[in-house]
Amino acid sequence: MLKDITLGQYFPGTSLAHRLDPRTKLLLTVIYIVALFCAKSFFSYLLIALVLFTGIKVSGVAPKALVRGLKPILFIICFTAVLNLFYTPGETLASFWIFKITKEGIFTAFFMVLRITMLIMGTFLLTYTTSPIALTDGMEALLGPLKRVRVPVHELAMMMSIALRFIPTLIEETDKIMSAQKARGADFESGNLIERAKALVPILVPLFISAFRRADELAVAMECRCYHGGEGRTKLHVLRYKPRDYLVLAAYAAVLAGVLVLARFGL
Amino acid sequence: MNPIIRVENLTHTYGIDTPFCRSAVDSVSMEIYEGEFLGIIGHTGSGKSTLIQHFNGLLKPTSGAIYLRDQDIWADPKKIRDVRFQVGLVFQYPEYQLFEETVYKDIAFGPKNMGLDEAEVDRRVRASAAFAGLGEDLLDKSPFDLSGGQKRRVAIAGVIAMEPAVLILDEPSAGLDPAGRRSLLENIRAYHKERGTTVVMVSHSMDEVAENVDRIIALANAGVVMSGTPHEVFSRARELMDVGLNVPQVTQVAMELRRRGVDVDPAVYTVADLRRALGALKEVGR
Repeated sequence: MLKDITLGQYFPGTSLAHRLDPRTKLLLTVIYIVALFCAKSFFSYLLIALVLFTGIKVSGVAPKALVRGLKPILFIICFTAVLNLFYTPGETLASFWIFKITKEGIFTAFFMVLRITMLIMGTFLLTYTTSPIALTDGMEALLGPLKRVRVPVHELAMMMSIALRFIPTLIEETDKIMSAQKARGADFESGNLIERAKALVPILVPLFISAFRRADELAVAMECRCYHGGEGRTKLHVLRYKPRDYLVLAAYAAVLAGVLVLARFGL
Repeated sequence: MNPIIRVENLTHTYGIDTPFCRSAVDSVSMEIYEGEFLGIIGHTGSGKSTLIQHFNGLLKPTSGAIYLRDQDIWADPKKIRDVRFQVGLVFQYPEYQLFEETVYKDIAFGPKNMGLDEAEVDRRVRASAAFAGLGEDLLDKSPFDLSGGQKRRVAIAGVIAMEPAVLILDEPSAGLDPAGRRSLLENIRAYHKERGTTVVMVSHSMDEVAENVDRIIALANAGVVMSGTPHEVFSRARELMDVGLNVPQVTQVAMELRRRGVDVDPAVYTVADLRRALGALKEVGR
């Protein structure tokens, strides 16, 4: 059950999408999201969908994996759709009791669902093709200028990569603790909400203790290797933009421009 | 002897439908007899831990079946909790699973889940604490204030308190110092003797297994490669070494002595036996 969590999962590969500089991929994702939120018409969505599908195709990530990533937010998608369907004012098509469905409502709901789905799939494409380490490296490099205004960029990036690194470890640990408590007859599956919440105590207490223990050990291990923060620290893999990065960035920028132009003409 | 647990053609495959698909246990058939002290040996990754998690229904077999007193434990999945009360499993490094405020409450967790009344829970907590070698004065302490070895004893007491018909211990002495190891094993031996229930100990320390168990099952590459009394198993030293296992140090000494021309049984597996064998030789020599 816990193994189904795909948050931040990385599928190693050698495709163009994998080889792009992580900074480029982060920028692309930002451009993609901006374009998605500027899109107002069918045509602009079509254009962005085209970009998304090319991205999926190039990355070689199984579409199944992307769809699976949508599962946890299925509820939010449905909720947004229903809300938009009933609460958008406009030309009434059908009504019953206090609800009425409008033509605009159907459109908004449809586009909302499309927008969230594409948003999630686009960002998953980023995490599926970029290793957590590369991702935080890219983030640190992109946020670099903020160091001048005393934002602890390196520390933030380090915290993020540590957090990502420990997700699988903690999942495994949780699994083990659950099995051990089940062996003593713990029951996580039945009972009402309060009983179930109480049943979590035997898992959470050992889990927190072990998380603190691990944090402590990690801190000691880092100090033993003379870690002292970002000041004067050099990298093993220095990020360098390659021609392909500029090319893909230009293509994405063109798409964004296209979407903006289309929006300007009310399309 | 009657088998209390019977495993038939058990296979467990992890990650079906993914590129990481791998059988940790592959068509294993074996029996655990009523009242015996069984040792399961195998190198890391031989499927020991996966196998024992089937005995109490924590894992469901991909194929095959497990019978507890001739009842298929998965016949009624709703009753799997009862199986877990009858087959107590102590995981590796069990001290990381303690969670209660006091030692007493932590040991009482299992019996309380069984729905026993207050007096019975109290009796069991005190009895199992004694079996695990914990003094009465420790019962009101927080388990987190104890030493590593004491924590492990608390965790073991927590399983013994369910009074299971079969007690399974996965590497019970791993990570303890020699004195802690010895005294914990002594406690386990005493428990087996006094209760007369079945005990299964998983280990990769040959010496530990040799000194304690009645019968050994050796696992390698997801299957059973050998089973029999310690003498039978350790007399096949060559085969054991071929699958990445070893024989007790005493056996190694006996084998080396034999190689150098001393006429001694190469399958002795305890210090006492070797001493007796050498003593007999001395008599003959005179």
